Formats: sequence, C-alpha cells, structure tokens
Amino acid sequence: MSAPAGMTVLDPTDETTPQQRERLARPESLAGLTIGLLDISKPRGNVFLDQVQNRLLDLDAKVIRYSKPTFAKPAPADLRHEIATSCDAVIEALAD
Amino acid sequence: MTGTEVVAYVKRDCETCVMVQPVLQQLLDAGALSAIVSQDAGFPELDSETITVDDTLERSWTADIETVPTLIKIVDGNEADRTVGWHRENWTAITGVPELGPDLPVMRPGCGAKNVDPDVADALAAKFGDSTTSSRRIDFAELEDPFEAMFDRGWSDGLPLVPPTPERVQRMLAGTSRAPDEVVAIVPPNLVEASVEKVAINAVMAGCKPDYLPVVLAGLEAVCNDDFNMHGVLATTMGVGPVLIVNGPIRRELDMNSGMNVLGQGNRANATIGRAVQLCVRNLGGGRPGEIDRSTHGQPGKIGLCFAEDEEGSPWTSLAEARGFDAGANTVTAFCGEAPRIVFDQMSRTAEALTKSIAQVMLGNVHPRIIGMDSILVLCPEHMARFVEAGWDKERFETELRGHLNIEVDTILRGVDGIGEGIPTGLGLEGAILPKFPDGGILTVHSGGPAGLFSSVIGGWVSGPMGSVPVTKEIVR
Repeated sequence: MSAPAGMTVLDPTDETTPQQRERLARPESLAGLTIGLLDISKPRGNVFLDQVQNRLLDLDAKVIRYSKPTFAKPAPADLRHEIATSCDAVIEALAD
Repeated sequence: MTGTEVVAYVKRDCETCVMVQPVLQQLLDAGALSAIVSQDAGFPELDSETITVDDTLERSWTADIETVPTLIKIVDGNEADRTVGWHRENWTAITGVPELGPDLPVMRPGCGAKNVDPDVADALAAKFGDSTTSSRRIDFAELEDPFEAMFDRGWSDGLPLVPPTPERVQRMLAGTSRAPDEVVAIVPPNLVEASVEKVAINAVMAGCKPDYLPVVLAGLEAVCNDDFNMHGVLATTMGVGPVLIVNGPIRRELDMNSGMNVLGQGNRANATIGRAVQLCVRNLGGGRPGEIDRSTHGQPGKIGLCFAEDEEGSPWTSLAEARGFDAGANTVTAFCGEAPRIVFDQMSRTAEALTKSIAQVMLGNVHPRIIGMDSILVLCPEHMARFVEAGWDKERFETELRGHLNIEVDTILRGVDGIGEGIPTGLGLEGAILPKFPDGGILTVHSGGPAGLFSSVIGGWVSGPMGSVPVTKEIVR
C-alpha cells in the first residue's frame, strides 16, 4: 500500500529548472585585457564611467565604451553580442 | 470482447432504481443481465455476484452515465443501445426478455447519477478523463500544508493562493473556448510562452472564477508586447505596474465594480483579474521583485490593479470607444501606472473652474518639472456631472483640459529655484511653452461612487516607444 498522498497541484511556472551558471574565473590581472564600459544612458552615468576608465587605464587595461539606446529597455541583442565578442569583461554603469 | 452484454447502472437514493429491483432479479433469473454497477454499497438488495460497487464512480464516469437507472447493451465490446429510467418496452428491446415488471407502471423517469453531481464532476473528469492539461503535476506531502508549500515554492505575491488542483484548473479552462495548449503571450522578462492552461493555473491561484479567464488572457496579451514593454516596466526603479481597465458588457456579466471604491478592495473580479495577470508575469515570465523587478518603492496596485468603467452612467464615449473599438466590444486596456492620487475639489461648480482645478493637480503628475509622461484621469460621477451640465462631450473636455496643461519651460529648467530636476538647459527650449502630456497621453475614464467630489489621477511612466505605450486588446471568450 502506498503512503497516503497529499494534495496534487499543477505547476504554475515555466517548468524550467533554474540553471546555475558558473562564473568565469577572475582574471589575475587586468593588464592587457579589454574592458567594456556600458553606459545605460541615465544622467551622469558618463561621469562615473569616465572615472572608472581612468582607473582601468592606470592598470594598463584597454577600454571600449558602449551605451544603451535607452535605460528603459534591455540592451539590444546586437550590442550584447558586440560586447561579448570584443571584450574580456564588462562593467555596466547605473547612475542617478 | 465478443458477445452481447447488458449492464445496469443504479443508485440507492433513487426511487426508480428501488422500484426496478424485481426487474433486475427477473433479468438475472433469465440470464439476461451481465452486470449491475451500483453507485452504493449494499444496493440493490439482491443476492448476486454480478453486482459491482462503483465507489470511485470511474465506471459510471467512463460509461458517461447521466441518469440512473441506465441499461446499456454492449455487442462485441461496443455500445449498441441504451435506455435511461424505467421504460418497459425499451428494457425488453434491450434484453429480449418479455413481460418485465408486470406490476410496474409502463414507464418512470430516473434520477441524476452520482457522477454528474456538480460537486464531483470536475474531479472525476480530472481523475479519469483524457486530461486536457499537460502541466507538470506536483504532489505535496501528506503532512505538508499546501498553502505553506506554495509560499515555499515562490509562487505567491505575498498573499495566500488557491491551490491549483487539476480539478480547479479543469473548471477554470471551461471559462474559455480557447484550447489549453494555445499560446496566448510570450511573457517577459524570460520570454516564456504562456499557454491558456498556464494562465488558467495562475488564475486559479489568484482566486478567479472561470468566467474571468477570458479577461485575464486578454490582460496578459495586453502587457506582453513591445509596445507595453513589460520588461522595462519591471526593471525600472520607478514604482509603476500594469493598470487594467475593462470596458464592454462583460463588466456587468462578471459583476465588476465600476462604482463605489472602484480603485479599492472588495470586488472579486476586480481584485483577482489584475492579480492573475501579475502572477503570470511572476511565475511564467520570472518577473520577481528583487530580481528583474527593481522598483525602489513599487506601489500597492502591483499586487494587481484592475477596474471597470461606468459606461452606463456616462453619456461620453467610453475609453474603449476612444481607442477605436465598438461600443459593444469587450476590451482590456493596459496602462503602465503609478499609484492613484486624488483630485480633491469640492467647491468648483462650473465646468471651466473644475477643468482648471483638475489641470492643477495633473501639472504635478510625477513631478511638476517632468513633462511627457501619460496619465489616466478617473473622473468621478459628481465631477463628470459638471461637464455634462455644460453640454461638453469628452473631446471638448479634453481639449479644454489640455489648454490648461501647458508649461513655460523657463519655470521648469534644471537649476531654477535651486532645484536640480527639470528640463535640461542647452536644448534650445528656453522661452518655449510645452504641453505637460503628449498627444493622446491622457486616458479619461468615468468610474466611482455616486457621491463624492474626488476624481483620481494615475500617472504613467516614460511615454511612447522609449517606454510604455497603453495597449487595448479585445476579450476573446
């Protein structure tokens, strides 16, 4: 005889098992690496990223600047692809 | 299976079944009855091994018995004939036995079978039917409180949920003609396909009745598209969420509230339709606070904000008509809105004075120095009456209103009066006069209790293609 069962319900979710993605290993050094700086287009985000860029250049990193068309929407797929193929790491800047 | 079988279905609590017991005995004696399927143990009171007690009602459900007694003739495994109730001629035709029940009346109607009792019919369909649902079944442990289990799984918006049992979901699906596997929307942020069935599950959890499901489906469609931009609405730190407005005859059919306390609690349809849409965004799209939902404050309506327009009490065109739909159409309009704020004016007695007064409140929408965001204006009946008395239609009112919603840019430039927020300098706008709201950016709706001089304004988020555009969808039953 099987154990008495509790209530059965139907799964209200998309039924995907959450996938824990492994983080990439931290680089030993930023020297020589290409770092993308993504401005999400909020006021003064550029001011913050200018400072970050100066610090990265001091560490001998290369820097490429990007910006989203609008902070209100996700970055377009093309932009994400370009960053992923051109950079070793990316820093995304919030502002306000 | 070859050969001919005759099966009788009976229950105790049916006078006709009790009456035909001698007939059943007559048939058994004649070797003309293969089985008696009884819905009650100990009935009929006959000494026969042919009696099977259908305690789960599976046989009755499978044979689609609606009335007892039912007599079915099966030839080579297929049903060849059936008769319901007592009818001597028919029973003889099926069994081939003449002179059945000579002391009985010629005919007598039967009673409803147990398996069609509304209390169990859905459960039986879910248990024994070719289930139309395909979602993963989750079995809670016997000692697990289902309400706690649903919280633990992260399905809840913070309030208790109705457990989405297969029976309840089956019942919910009866609320629409759309197939359970039809995809109604791609739900942001994870862009997951929402089937009618998945929406039905979330509608059950929200507390909806089956009749509400078509509105929930249309509401979800209205928020899941590039125009409404649900991903952005979630991700913004501004405290906004979907506000749903229902138009058309369906409002009355569902007993939706368009009157007293219309933006508040107390009406099941208003409360649960908005909640169901938000639960879909949460459970299917993955739009959860603290994850993609980054709102700094949020707003109470994010638990679900849905209301109906009082069309009967207004001579003006409805919101749906203003947005291009026929007067008889059932629609849901989705608007990305902050919490409602009140327009308190108990003293203005003319249309002109009240228009100016409403405009003063609307000039503060979001912030007096921010322009270009949309707004819903919920006009209460007592305010509306001033405009109707003056002979204004909706177009006239909105034109007059917009006339009071222009702002001298120089007063709202960044830095003026030492305040940082405002229109950036250097855009060449100095000296200009700009409208507070974009064209079509004011959605006027008539709702509210009969007494009280309080309208409401629901401010929007970034307007247009850079943010969220209001979307109206027709409700498909």
